[in-house]
Amino acid sequence: MPGMVSKANKSPLPPFNKRGMRGDFKPGRFRWQKAKERLIASFFFFNGMVSIIILAGIFSLLFSEGLPAFKEIHFSDFLQSTWNPTSYVKATYGLGAIMVSTLMVTFGALLIAVPVGLACAAYLAEIASPRVREVLKPIIEILAGIPSVVLGFLGIVVVNPLIARAFGIPNGLNALNGCILLAIMSLPTIISLSEDAIAAVPKTHKDASLALGASRWQTLVRVTIPSALSGIIASIMLGMGRAIGETMTVLMATGNAQAMPHSFLDAVRTMTATIAIELGEVPFGSAHYHALFVIGFVLFVMTFLVNLVSDIILQKYQEVEQ
Amino acid sequence: MKKQTVETLGFNLFRLGSVFVVLILGAILFDIFYKGIGAISWEFLTAEPRMGMTEGGIFPAIVGTLYITLITALFSVPLGMFAAIYLNEYARQGKITRIIRLSIRNLSGVPSIVYGLFGVALFVRVLHLGTSILSAGLTLGLLTLPWTITASEEALKTVPKSYRDGALALGATKWQAIRTNVLPYAIPGMLTGTILGLARAAGETAPILFTGVAFFLPFLPDSPLSQFMALPYHLYVLATQHHDVEKVMPLAYGTALVLIAFVVGLNLAAVIIRYHFRKKRG
Repeated sequence: MPGMVSKANKSPLPPFNKRGMRGDFKPGRFRWQKAKERLIASFFFFNGMVSIIILAGIFSLLFSEGLPAFKEIHFSDFLQSTWNPTSYVKATYGLGAIMVSTLMVTFGALLIAVPVGLACAAYLAEIASPRVREVLKPIIEILAGIPSVVLGFLGIVVVNPLIARAFGIPNGLNALNGCILLAIMSLPTIISLSEDAIAAVPKTHKDASLALGASRWQTLVRVTIPSALSGIIASIMLGMGRAIGETMTVLMATGNAQAMPHSFLDAVRTMTATIAIELGEVPFGSAHYHALFVIGFVLFVMTFLVNLVSDIILQKYQEVEQ
Repeated sequence: MKKQTVETLGFNLFRLGSVFVVLILGAILFDIFYKGIGAISWEFLTAEPRMGMTEGGIFPAIVGTLYITLITALFSVPLGMFAAIYLNEYARQGKITRIIRLSIRNLSGVPSIVYGLFGVALFVRVLHLGTSILSAGLTLGLLTLPWTITASEEALKTVPKSYRDGALALGATKWQAIRTNVLPYAIPGMLTGTILGLARAAGETAPILFTGVAFFLPFLPDSPLSQFMALPYHLYVLATQHHDVEKVMPLAYGTALVLIAFVVGLNLAAVIIRYHFRKKRG
């Protein structure tokens, strides 16, 4: 019967080979393919490792470029208050005033940005209708995309005269100006991450609270926001990291006086601004040059710690969630 | 007070916060547009600065910004995509993966001026690239890398696992599965994310301050190793380093407007790409 003809020959597929597979491959082809796959996998692995290499590179280069500073400058000199390496009398390398300035504008900015940002985040996550949300989210993204130099420029031409008029002082390039601009810069970070945290609170929590007779407001303030607190704190830390490291806005709008500030209406000079002002003019390889890398290193460590803490908080938070 | 009154009051307070944020953005954009539009002309966009930058245009700065954005893209887009493919497709849960993720998050928190210091030490000094388009572009490339990785990984995550399984079940190797069944669906999302990152890089000033940007150049850069002018730095110079503030203020506003238009334009391009591919996929 025609049906009895060996099936393998009638099949449209190639015949079985010795390895029990159809096809005309030779075993060598498998080996090549395996080697190729392994090669591709290690290529991607190397690319994955690049971020570790860069982070380690930044750390070690800042360290090695900062270290020579200690040959000429005593460690305790860095603990003094005044930074004035180009003084005609005696060069001083104290980090006190510039660190205080950095912390002052950072915390001032958070004082403004945290309440506004939290209100906006809670509104977005819990109160706004989907349509409002669809309009608000891109607006916050655009705000995040405004270049810092543009904000610094507006600090000079818009905020500066406003502050001067409001407080009756000759000019408004001071710590307060920096705080306002940095608040605007850190708002998008705080809003979008806090909103994620608030939106991630399980619905069951809210339902339980509503079922017990709490109003939507009571639920939001006493249940939802406290449950999202770790995520909110992490977002504030990240906003803080951004504010500490921001350069152009503070460089342009805070007046850059080297003295220790006493109030928010004093002109201040932050760590970032100090690097930005001086690195262009300093002779390569001088103690001053290396001292600027010391500032960079301290900045790096500060933001690293802030980010690490926020990371740990988030990690804990995710574990609790699961 | 009644529960109802408190609720209305509270909700309105939060709404006020949001309105405040919108107003800030509105005020910024309005101020820049209103005072900058007067400076925009064909000459402003296509001529060099003249008369000590009190007249003429910003053409070299526009070109310079385009050049460094190109270098930044060439460096950070492939690297970021490859790293994301590793993290999402190849990496197993473990110590190394955790450390990689931790470094990415920390890299995105490193201050931009610190990237500038790093760029001076590495590209300008150690690698002898000098103050150039290449040094500045690579410095910005490092800065954008964490954003590119994160955005690309997000895009890869949206491709369902069944796409990979389907290819693997038909006997495809891992790389074949990724190449044919994952990347075609992830690439639009990857592009969107990376363009957003590039837009932010284009507006950065601190990392390029010492790695190649020039105060004033009467000619266009002719090689990747020459210095350049850039929009953000030009704005900084006009706003703070110029002696005749009144005279350059309109030019500064014009520069700010062009810079914002450039950044927002890139953002829009990203959104359009996303929309286009979403429609195509159905």
